[in-house]
Order: sequence, then structure tokens, then C-alpha cells
Amino acid sequence: MNLRRLAAVAKKECLHILRDPRSLYISIALPMMLLLLYGYALTLDVDRVPMVIWDQSETTESRELISRFTGSRYFTAQSFVSSYKEIEHSIDTRQALAALIIPTEFAQLLGGGEPTPVQLIVDGTDANTATLALGYAQVVALIYSQEIILQKVRQLRGQVLTVPLDVRARAWFNPDLESKNYIIPGLIAVIMMVISALLTSLTVAREWETGTMEQLISTPVKGPELITGKLIPYIFLGLLDVLLAVLMGEYLFHVPLRGNVALLFTMATVFLAGSMSLGMMISIVTKSQMVASQAAIVVTFLPSFLLSGFIFAISNMPTVIQWGTYLIPARYFITLLKGIYLKGIGLEVLALEAVLLVLFGVIVVLLANYKFKRKLV
Amino acid sequence: MHSSNPRNIAVSVHNLSKQFDGFTAVDRINFEVKKGEIFGFLGPNGAGKSTTIRMLCGILPPTSGEGKVAGLDIHTQREQIKWQIGYMSQKFSLYEDLTVEENINFYSGIYQIEEDTLRRRKEWVIEMAGLQRHRGSLTRVLSGGWRQRLALGCALLHEPSILFLDEPTSGVDPISRRQFWDLIYELTGRGVTVFVTTHYMDEAEYCDRLGMIYDGKLVALGTPEELKKEFMKETVLEVSCEQPMKAMAVIQNLAAVKEVTLFGNHLHAVVPDARTAHKAIQLVLSENAIKLSRLEKISPALEDVFVSLIEAQGKATATGGEGA
Ligand SMILES: Nc1ncnc2c1ncn2[C@@H]1O[C@H](COP(=O)(O)OP(=O)(O)OP(=O)(O)O)[C@@H](O)[C@H]1O
Ligand SMILES: [Mg+2]
Repeated sequence: MNLRRLAAVAKKECLHILRDPRSLYISIALPMMLLLLYGYALTLDVDRVPMVIWDQSETTESRELISRFTGSRYFTAQSFVSSYKEIEHSIDTRQALAALIIPTEFAQLLGGGEPTPVQLIVDGTDANTATLALGYAQVVALIYSQEIILQKVRQLRGQVLTVPLDVRARAWFNPDLESKNYIIPGLIAVIMMVISALLTSLTVAREWETGTMEQLISTPVKGPELITGKLIPYIFLGLLDVLLAVLMGEYLFHVPLRGNVALLFTMATVFLAGSMSLGMMISIVTKSQMVASQAAIVVTFLPSFLLSGFIFAISNMPTVIQWGTYLIPARYFITLLKGIYLKGIGLEVLALEAVLLVLFGVIVVLLANYKFKRKLV
Repeated sequence: MHSSNPRNIAVSVHNLSKQFDGFTAVDRINFEVKKGEIFGFLGPNGAGKSTTIRMLCGILPPTSGEGKVAGLDIHTQREQIKWQIGYMSQKFSLYEDLTVEENINFYSGIYQIEEDTLRRRKEWVIEMAGLQRHRGSLTRVLSGGWRQRLALGCALLHEPSILFLDEPTSGVDPISRRQFWDLIYELTGRGVTVFVTTHYMDEAEYCDRLGMIYDGKLVALGTPEELKKEFMKETVLEVSCEQPMKAMAVIQNLAAVKEVTLFGNHLHAVVPDARTAHKAIQLVLSENAIKLSRLEKISPALEDVFVSLIEAQGKATATGGEGA
């Protein structure tokens, strides 16, 4: 590989990017728009789940429990009802997503120190909301139980007690159970995968279409010089996108970045090199900008969205599909990003993902070079 | 074909062929191009001109046959060949979103031109192309003649010994074409070999030697003079008259006339015997009340050679097809 020729290609490619408003739009405006759009649309937090309440007990204790629910930001009391029929109706008409049923013997049981059942019904048709609502309900109930226990202890001893154990329900790494904290890092990975492949999918195909590739082949420039030279400016462009995305995450979505920023950008570079080489390879094989850009979107978007663990947990997938997810580079990048973002962990834990991401990059770069060589024959 | 001293040969091919999925685009062609000569490659659309050039430039690998460019083998030494040649493809192939200077800089980088020679070469290209006042213009806005001279300049940056030009003047105005050919003469004066394909017969006349390719086969090879002598044993009569289309129809049917073609508003009649044909044409035109203004023997143009060669070839393939 000759550095002079590599530099000539990289410089030329920079000029193309700067002069082509379309590539600037795709590379800067589009990812920010996608992050905004999906960031807000996919933030799964269920704030103020509308709830109907059937208070069969109608005691101070039951009203106290109700106020714990309605007082939290997670639930609002839609209405009070007095039959299962009414509950069914309000859930069917989607006036309420959950129903709280407090049994008649609630106060007695509570006083007797026995486990006291309270029924919560959630609308399972929206599995996500249902799971989250159940989670919230458990937290609310737990905190209330804790206080009751404390109170009892106080009454028994007849003195004021400090809490020996401060049992606080806490979801690790995401203390407020805010879904945006894991949505945003995942979203950054998916968006970057699509955008980076899309960007480079146009470059080689454009040279085939305009006929400049034919001219290049007649010169001493080598395939690796051409491919690497083209990748360099796009990787910088991709890193600029990652920076913008991280800033948006920080200031717009308030997602805390706990880990090492340098590690994040190093991993992003590796990831971008791989996904951009993938786009390049598509470009080399198709020779047409139209076909290449469509292929790039198809190959990257759905797999990264569905099979990377971004929306669906990989551990819940059928085994065959779980194996398939190892082919999706976004999978590693999402794990890395979430790890760095939420847990603040480093390579000591994420080494496997980092190695696999590097491996993916190396394989795709080699494959792109190989395909380019074949195309010239 | 006589074999010459290999040291004076810039390009030689032997039974060179190219097939695309069973379709033969170039069919066992043989020729040599001497150093410092302008070799013209003529043929109708789809004849295989570009395919031949692309094989010689190391862009396409040949299916079979041998070839040498600057003494290097086109199968095994493609990379070395690239340093020796300059290539201007049929399609304009500079970067339109780059300026004149940026295009030159890019190709200088690709050819690794040294810092100290770079400025000299760059000035030479800009001056040669007449682009002094357009250094910073985007290539997109340049007119045809300028673009084509810039493309030539970029192909010459590394001072190649052999230049391959694929229809360099298509779509360019006559004055720019003239200037372009002046440049080519200047280059051959310095010992550069030029291999050029063209559709224009006047340009073919400028070449030292010509090869004519039709349907992938080389059908004629020689200097323009040789071709005219060898392939035009018949005489050409130029007919100037009114209603040339109608005249053409009636002349075509004469036994004394082999074929008629329309050249502008004249007719060229290829005839085995000038005197018989002369009388027959005069007679048939007056019978049809077509006014004849001039009828005389002319020396055949290359176009006549070209047309009659292709017609002969077409007939040969047709009968060959029936026989098979
Ligand atoms: N890559 C290719 N794949 C398949 N067929 C091809 C390819 N390149 C050229 N051909 C075919 O080979 C034949 C010769 O093409 P070529 O481009 O060499 O013709 P040409 O003499 O340069 O014509 P023109 O004057 O139109 O440029 C044509 O029939 C063309 O369709
Ligand atoms: Mg051609």
C-alpha cells in the first residue's frame, strides 16, 4: 500500500463529501433526525398508567395504599369501580391499563401480620406496558410494606426507631427505570449501522456509474488503497455523528454516560470501519447507486433493529436465531455501548464483544478487497 | 503482415480474443503498432474497439491470445503496463465535482509524481489545455473541448510512452477537434505512440496506419493510401443532381453500378467500369427527368473503403450463415 496514493484518494473523497449536499444530509441531518424521532417514540416509559380502583375494604389502610399508588408518578386513578364487569369494560375501552383490587379483609389481614393479597390486573395486550406497570406496582407495594413493618416495630417497642435496613427497590444501572437509558445507546448503534453502510454504499457505485472507475483501473492505484482511502474520511464523518449522538443523549435525553469516553470512541471507530466496509462491499458488488443504497438499508436496518438485542432480548429468541445474532455487528456494539453508558464498565468485562467487533471489521474489509479484485476480472 | 524489429514495436497482439458469456466481442485479431506512430482503430458501433483498448490497458483480461504493450505481457504484467500508458476512456471520466486543479492533483498523487516535477507538469497540462483562467472552476462547468483536453492532460501527467484514446473527439466542435489533433501530432513528434479509435473519417486520414474492425474481426490493416488502393479496385463516380434520394433508387437498379451511397447531397456510385456506368447513369437520370449537374470520377475517400469493406463483410457472413 502506497501512502501517497492513499492520501490522494482520501483527499479526493473528502472533496466529494464536502461538495455533495446529499451526502452531508445523509451523514449529519438524517442520523440526528432519526435519533430524535425514535428517541421520543421508543422511549418506553409508561408515565401515569391510568388505573381503575375497586376498594372493597374502604378502610384507612386501604385508602393509604391507594394514595401510595396515585401519589407516585407511575399511576393515576382513572375512576373508582365496584365490580369486575366495570373493570373489564374500562380495560376493553382502554380507559384504563390497570386495575387495583383491594379485598374486604385488607385492613384485618394487615393488622394480623399476615401476608396480605392485593390484586393488580394489567392489560396484557401491550406486553411492554404490562411488564413495566407490574414492576412499578411491586416497587410501590414494597415501599409501603416496609413502612408498615417499621411502624409495627415502633408500636411494639414504644420508641422511635431508625430503619435498620433501608430496603429500597432499585433497578440496577437504571435506577429510575427509565427506558430511555437503555433505548438511546441501542438506538445510537442501530442508527449508526444503517447510516454508515448507506453512506459508503454510494461511493464505489458512483464511480462505476460515472465511468471514473474505468479510468482509475487504468492507473497504478491498488484496490486496498482505493478502499482504505475512501473509508478514512467516512470514518471521521461517522465519528462526528457518534459525537453528535452522544451530545444529544447527554443534553436532550439526559442519558448519563458513566463509562470511559475514549473507549466509547475507540469502539465506535472499530464498529464504523466494519459497517462502512460492509457498505463498500455492497457498492462494489452492485455497481449501481440505487441498488446499493437499497441493499445497504435492507441488510442493516431490520437485522440491527430486531436481532441485536435492541428491542427483543436475545436470550428469549429461539436457539437458531440466537446463533444468527452473532452475525449482527450491532449486537456487539449495543452491548458495548450499554455497558459503557449504563454500567460504566471497561474492556475487562467487554473484551469478548470488542474482539468480535474487531473480527467482524477485519473480515468485512478483507471481503471488500477480495470482491473488488474479482470485479476487475 | 511482416514482422519488424521488436524494439520498434509499441503494441503487438496475436490472435487476441475477448468473449462475454459466450458472445465474441473481439475475435482473434492480429496487428502491430510501431513506436511513435498514430494508429487509428476504425469500426462501427459495437465492433469491438473499446474492448480491444481495454484489454491493452489492463482493464479487461483477454479470453485468449497474446499481446504486448511497451514490451510487457498483457496477461502477466498488467500492473507494470499501467505505468507506461495513458488512457482516455470513451466516456468523460474526470471528477465533475472537483476543480481543474484538484483533478490534476489527484492524478498526480495516484501516479506518485515527485514534488519538484509536479509543478512543472501541472503548468504544462493547464497551459496545454488552455485552462489558465479556469484552474479553480469545477470540471462540471467546462465546455466539451476543455474537458477533453484536461482529460488528455491528466492521462499524460506521468509522461507515458503510449497513449490510448477511445473516441477522444466525440461530441466536440470542429475547432476543438482540430486543436486536439494538433496536440496529438505534437506528442508523436516527441516519440509518443498514439492508439486512437474514431468514427470520423477525416480523423482517420490523419493517422499513419489504420486497422478496421468489424464484428470483432480485423478486416483491414494498412496506411490510408494502402487501404484505398487495395480495397477499392472499382471506381467511384460522384453524382451531383436534383432529387438525390430518387436518383439513388434508380441508379441502384443499374447493372453497371455495384452500389450507391449518399454523401451529403451527392451520390457516390461504385462501378466496375467507369465508361459504361457513366453512360448508363446519364441515360437513366434523363429518362426519369432528374437534372444532372455533375458526374465525375473521384478518388475514393476512406469512407468509401469503409462502407464497401463492411458491405463485403456483411455479404460474406450472410452466405456463410446460409452455408452452415
Ligand atoms: N462488459 C461487457 N459485457 C458484455 N458485453 C459487452 C461488454 N462490453 C462490451 N460488450 C459487447 O461487446 C461488443 C463490442 O463492444 P465495444 O464497446 O468494444 O464496441 P465499440 O467498437 O467500442 O463500439 P462503440 O463505437 O459503440 O464504442 C458490443 O456488442 C458490446 O455490447
Ligand atoms: Mg467504444
